[in-house]
Amino acid sequence: MSTMLEVRNCSKAFGGVVANHDISIEVREGEIVGLIGPNGSGKTTLFNSIVGYHPIDGGSIRFLDKEISSLRVPNIARLGLLRTFQQTRIYGKMTCMQNMAASLPYRGEGFAGMFRRFDSGVADRAEELLEFVGLYSKRNLRGGDLSFGQQKLLEFAMALMNEPKLLLLDEPTAGINPTLINGLIDRLKRANEQLGITLLVIEHNMRVIMNLAERIYCLAHGELLAEGLPEAIQNDQRVIDAYLGAH
Amino acid sequence: MSQTARIQKPRFNAQTWIILAGIAIIGSVAPFVEPTLVGQMTVFWIMVLLSYTWDTMGGQMGYNSFGNVVFFGIGMYVTAAIQVGLYTDLGTYTAAKGGIKLTLTLGQYFTGLAIGLVAAGLAGFLAALLIGSGILGLRGHYFAIGSLALGIFVAELASGWELIGAGSGLVPPLYPGVESARSLWLYFGCFALAGITFLVLQWVYSRRFGLALNAIRDDEDKAEAMGLHTTRYKTIAWAISGIFLGVCGGLAGNFFQFIDPRDTAFSGATYGVWMVLMVVLGGKGTFWGPLIGALLFHVFKELFWSYLLGLQYIALGLLVVVIVVFFPEGIVGWFRERFPHWFGERVDPPPEATAADPVREPAE
Repeated sequence: MSTMLEVRNCSKAFGGVVANHDISIEVREGEIVGLIGPNGSGKTTLFNSIVGYHPIDGGSIRFLDKEISSLRVPNIARLGLLRTFQQTRIYGKMTCMQNMAASLPYRGEGFAGMFRRFDSGVADRAEELLEFVGLYSKRNLRGGDLSFGQQKLLEFAMALMNEPKLLLLDEPTAGINPTLINGLIDRLKRANEQLGITLLVIEHNMRVIMNLAERIYCLAHGELLAEGLPEAIQNDQRVIDAYLGAH
Repeated sequence: MSQTARIQKPRFNAQTWIILAGIAIIGSVAPFVEPTLVGQMTVFWIMVLLSYTWDTMGGQMGYNSFGNVVFFGIGMYVTAAIQVGLYTDLGTYTAAKGGIKLTLTLGQYFTGLAIGLVAAGLAGFLAALLIGSGILGLRGHYFAIGSLALGIFVAELASGWELIGAGSGLVPPLYPGVESARSLWLYFGCFALAGITFLVLQWVYSRRFGLALNAIRDDEDKAEAMGLHTTRYKTIAWAISGIFLGVCGGLAGNFFQFIDPRDTAFSGATYGVWMVLMVVLGGKGTFWGPLIGALLFHVFKELFWSYLLGLQYIALGLLVVVIVVFFPEGIVGWFRERFPHWFGERVDPPPEATAADPVREPAE
């Protein structure tokens, strides 16, 4: 498996607060990789650095053998590296179908492309993906009228509509009814297997991440604490200490 | 159903075309039925133009612009300057401060006007492109303030520029024919332009472009994160409204027959604010909202000016307060909140039985 995303010695500080220090991670094509760590350990900062939300202080981020640490958010997204937000973000005043159609990939879109009509198959694809996440019957409702959990699912469907190569998910199960979480894990695995989307997932729910991820990175205090297979991470004394607050 | 119809309710269905045909017939007959009101009706179509072009930015894209009046004013000046400049020296003409009367043949007049209007559209387009790429990096309130300052800045610039008459203004050439013919073709010019503008804008909104603008309105950060070329979309949206505002300004300048830099061309306190109020009254980002808003606003305004002269601005201010308090989403928006199914928002049963789907969430 070839390396898809390679973060080398990445650092980011906000004033005196060092959010990420010398972090190196790697995601290979086709993998599901987990990123865990206590609150404030720098997971979301790392995500933001990868997707170009803010410049990094040092290190390098390569996606598909291309240095992306100096690119801006939309350019990186057009390369096929997409993220979802911890605080779910959808287009509130548009219907679910419009949300989906607005999420078509913008890769290589020229001036004429802006005024194109919707290609045949766009509505089919949108309905298919809404069905996939279980929102088909709500497809003509406004995004803002959905519950928080449904909005998370819609955001996930929108991400799939964009046909990313690598999808960064920031706490996909937060705020989702526990009985639905199994269904969501199943959806994530199917997106990975059937659609060939590589996943990097931030997650606090240990049961979810242990079921989902093939490899896990653990951050604490802005530094990479441990990396390995789920079982190894689960039994790593340093990880347990970080979560339980031992010093 | 076609793919597009499944994504969003079609903008033009049979019912829409019937209403539009009705408006077209009423609009074509009205000046002959009530010839004394032709001037009023011309102003009405100018208002409709201002309202729909403002809605592109303010309604569809959620960028409240107080600077659209700039393109309107640029159109006025460009058209008049070309109308004059084609047949005499513009500098001498303006230096005489109305002392020189330009006598043209009908052919010369309309040639000048046609070239002037095309140039006005182009000037509006280019100005919006240029200014847009400069200030469309600002968002929300910052953009609103920036665009407001822009209007004031351009007004000051125009009132200091001798070539276009500076503070004394610019007078477009007099129409060589009879006055009643002049008011009729100006009416039909504004009416036709309003129709074309409406159709072009709705066509643009029905494409990918429209959804991209709505996405920027709802969450610009999300749109960026999805890979949308936000700056490009924003600038082009402004440039499209700039074209129609420019041409509209060209016609309006000839209608008013006098262009004052602060009171007609770059009048932020009148047209600049009215275009915002009309759209807010009718419903931002809706199909009929800007038209309904323009109609109601124009009628109220004329009534205030006719029957409450001296108190007209107080009455207008009260109207604004009533609009904002009782119809924060505008009239069409008010209906949309109460009758969402009229706008195609509804829950549909699934196509086949998939009730066992674990991800399908129960109604909350």
